[in-house]
Amino acid sequence: MNFTFHRKRITGVLVVVPENERSFSEDMKNFNFPEARSLKLKEVMGFDKRRVVEPGVCVSDLAVFGLEQLFNRGLLHRDEIDALILVTQTPDHFVPATSSIVQGRLHLKPDMLCLDISQACAGFVVGLMQTFMLLEQESIKKVVLINADVLSRKASPKDRNIYPLIGDAAAITVVERDSEDSVIHASLKMDGARGHALTIPAGGLRMPATLETAILEDVGDNNLRAKDHLFMDGAAIFNFVQTEVPPLIEGLLATAGVSKDAVDYFLCHQPNRFMLQKLADKMKVPHAKMPNNVVERFGNNSGVSIPTVITYDLGDRLLREKLQVCLAGFGAGLTWCAMLVSLGKLDFNLITEYK
Amino acid sequence: MKSVAEILKEIRPEFDFTASSDFVADGMLDSFDMITLVAALDKNYGVSIPGTDIVPENFQNLQTVEALLRKCGAKP
Repeated sequence: MNFTFHRKRITGVLVVVPENERSFSEDMKNFNFPEARSLKLKEVMGFDKRRVVEPGVCVSDLAVFGLEQLFNRGLLHRDEIDALILVTQTPDHFVPATSSIVQGRLHLKPDMLCLDISQACAGFVVGLMQTFMLLEQESIKKVVLINADVLSRKASPKDRNIYPLIGDAAAITVVERDSEDSVIHASLKMDGARGHALTIPAGGLRMPATLETAILEDVGDNNLRAKDHLFMDGAAIFNFVQTEVPPLIEGLLATAGVSKDAVDYFLCHQPNRFMLQKLADKMKVPHAKMPNNVVERFGNNSGVSIPTVITYDLGDRLLREKLQVCLAGFGAGLTWCAMLVSLGKLDFNLITEYK
Repeated sequence: MKSVAEILKEIRPEFDFTASSDFVADGMLDSFDMITLVAALDKNYGVSIPGTDIVPENFQNLQTVEALLRKCGAKP
């Protein structure tokens, strides 16, 4: 499905990462694998450092911390926020929505819209699309998009398929109308029939969390995981990304009439270095134009990974200049989407630590 | 240049890969081993095996891995 948006722009990005850093060398002692095999994997996938929350820290904690930083630095004023969209797969509660919790904790004005969206690694692009649609309303001038997940709390420390790659974080992106006649193209596809490839089986109403669903089970490949934990069929997800994402991006560029060479950067979700290198090779894009260094520094932080690339890799450069970038998210749902947008001349583009 | 068998031996030294006709079914290669193998083959043979070809069928035995490399322009 294709989308076109007019006169919208991102004006600032703040990424919040927990202060707590874990290293792969530390974690690999938990896995039931010879050290040499784990070290080979570290080299190929780019696993190294990652940021995870301390026990008990929730999505709203990271979001409130980030917004308070923006308020305190004068980069955003609380009364300016007309809509707050929060994208997460790890909400504080079933009820109420985490966006409402954030609104309440920060004493934001009642004359605003709070909305949660259940999306993960594709959540930045999906969230942006929602912000653009809201900005069509006369009454909405500034939208805050929050992407946040604390998936480390749902990862089994004995599951080498998941545990060494998960990072926690939040991103706050401010979106406004553009005074210039800018055009943003986006393309999105979903396939719920393949949703079982990335799931947390227990904890909802279909399979409520019980003492039984918390028991670690031998799931093969020397991994132990409970039904309360995040499951990823790594091979299926890898194949899904390599098969579905390149034609989606190529279709988007064709629709927009933009060549690959005219795109300064392909800023993709950051599952691991290997997957992104293979994606770049498949698309015949130089590795330097598709950064893949987030997982080694912060871990795979779900819907925050694209904002993390934006802040970590492009940082101050985006305060000074505008770049033509193609964003691409892919993951749970399954969902895959891409967006071609002119990004830059931002008011802020920062990473901060949650303490 | 190392042979495919030598590279496999480096990844899983405990197995004799010449004696198996299905590495995956025999439990000699898991999905992460396949990725480690692909990275090593790419480097050794100067190719980039497409991500869409990283499927168990192409890593069943020495013949299927060599056939995949030939498809990618390498001479194993």
